[in-house]
Amino acid sequence: MIKTAILTLFLLQQAPAENVDWDKEFGVEERVRDPETGEFPVEPYQQSNENAGAKPFQGEQLPAAFGGREGIQKIADRTVELSEADPRISDIFVSHDMVRLKRTLGEQFCYLLGAGCDYSGRDMRTAHAGLGATKADLNALVENLQKAMREAKVPFADQNKLLSKLAPMSKDVTER
Amino acid sequence: MRKIVLISGCMVSAFCASVAQAEELEWFEGDKLVLTNGASTVEGASGGGIATWATISGLEMDNGVGVSAHITAIDLPDFGFQSHGVSIGIKNRVELSYARQNFDTRDVGEALGLGQGYVFNQDVFGAKVRLFGDMVYGDPLLPQVSVGVQHKRNLDGPVVRAVGAADDEGTDYTISATKLFLRHSILMNATVRYTNANQTGLLGFGSASGKGHTVQFEGSIAYQLSRRAVIGAEVRTKPDNLDLGEDDWIDLFAAYAISDNITVTAAYADLGSIATFEDQRGAFLSAQLAF
Ligand code: HEM
Repeated sequence: MIKTAILTLFLLQQAPAENVDWDKEFGVEERVRDPETGEFPVEPYQQSNENAGAKPFQGEQLPAAFGGREGIQKIADRTVELSEADPRISDIFVSHDMVRLKRTLGEQFCYLLGAGCDYSGRDMRTAHAGLGATKADLNALVENLQKAMREAKVPFADQNKLLSKLAPMSKDVTER
Repeated sequence: MRKIVLISGCMVSAFCASVAQAEELEWFEGDKLVLTNGASTVEGASGGGIATWATISGLEMDNGVGVSAHITAIDLPDFGFQSHGVSIGIKNRVELSYARQNFDTRDVGEALGLGQGYVFNQDVFGAKVRLFGDMVYGDPLLPQVSVGVQHKRNLDGPVVRAVGAADDEGTDYTISATKLFLRHSILMNATVRYTNANQTGLLGFGSASGKGHTVQFEGSIAYQLSRRAVIGAEVRTKPDNLDLGEDDWIDLFAAYAISDNITVTAAYADLGSIATFEDQRGAFLSAQLAF
């Protein structure tokens, strides 16, 4: 019985036609970067500072320790670059939009540090769904962020203040 | 035909399930954040120097196996206390440890009638399981909580019985809570130990007069100076089953991760009165290698 079934399956197979647009056949949409922002479009979502995942710090001390808005964006950029080049986790970033990630991560840090930005990205659970990141991967990312902050000469106690906002998000950014 | 579809569907899902379960263990990948494996205690469990913490030894995370080894020496006015051991961490969940303690009585050995340089020896077999929580991640107020057992075999049975101990074997039970409060760069640990050990077991367990297990406390507080450096203090209460005036222990420590794999700890330790010899304060030095 099984034999007949397999045989039938073979017989039913047709040689695929040449010049098939497989992307179209499987409904894969071609992604085009926005000419202005250089970012790929994402599924629509509700924008809110709540999406940043924590309440911001108050006061001027922390933003200053991170070099203001500009310094914070540099730290976010550097964290993303280090992570893309980090053999422990680089695979997870392949084919994702690093232009958008740098911008939204910068906004998130800036918002959480109380440096006066709004966060326009998605919430952490939605943004990381299906990435399959583990706690080990999260540790690698934290080390890269620490390196970026160290290079920017952020005092260690202040580095930990930013981490104190991010650490509780672990359940939303990792799986398993 | 229908049957075949069902069977093949079954096979596929069984296959998928086994693939999902056979998550491969990573060996010695070193995924922990530096210092979050703790130092090694004199009893072989991971923790501070003298207090057991809820940490799991080795540098593995949830998907791996890690290992560590330590050597510790405490130089006291009248004694030399030495400990070395190994520990395995599995999935940042289970810790299995072994430590050998050697306690050199130097000149005191003679005074106590044991002979010059008499050395007490003890083996400690430990197991610890993390129950819940994460010392770094998750709810900022929920600590990492672990329970442990430490089975101790003193190798000087006749001597410790002569001193008044009831037994040369004993088991300690611990429950520990550890949390790194990132916002303040402060790590805190609290441990409750149910024990009948005299001087951690070096002078045997319980007393011939019937004293047995009691509840003792270990507390640690540490401040993170940098990713690689912490300073802190510990206390450890101890019973006085033998009526020899056994004191609580205190230490002030500094730990430094020379590399991701090597941590050295230097401390000033006050071990109080030991075998009636008072004021045993001195230098504690420890090196730990972990993968
Ligand atoms: C607490 C830690 C983390 C924070 C605060 C964080 C923050 C963010 C933010 C703000 C975004 C952009 C959201 C958006 O596009 O709307 C994002 C996306 C992303 N994150 Fe994270 N992240 C964390 C951990 C991780 C980890 C551990 C990994 C993997 C190693 C990771 C990989 C990614 C990737 C690949 C994207 C892009 C997703 C996409 O293109 O749809 N993140 N993250």
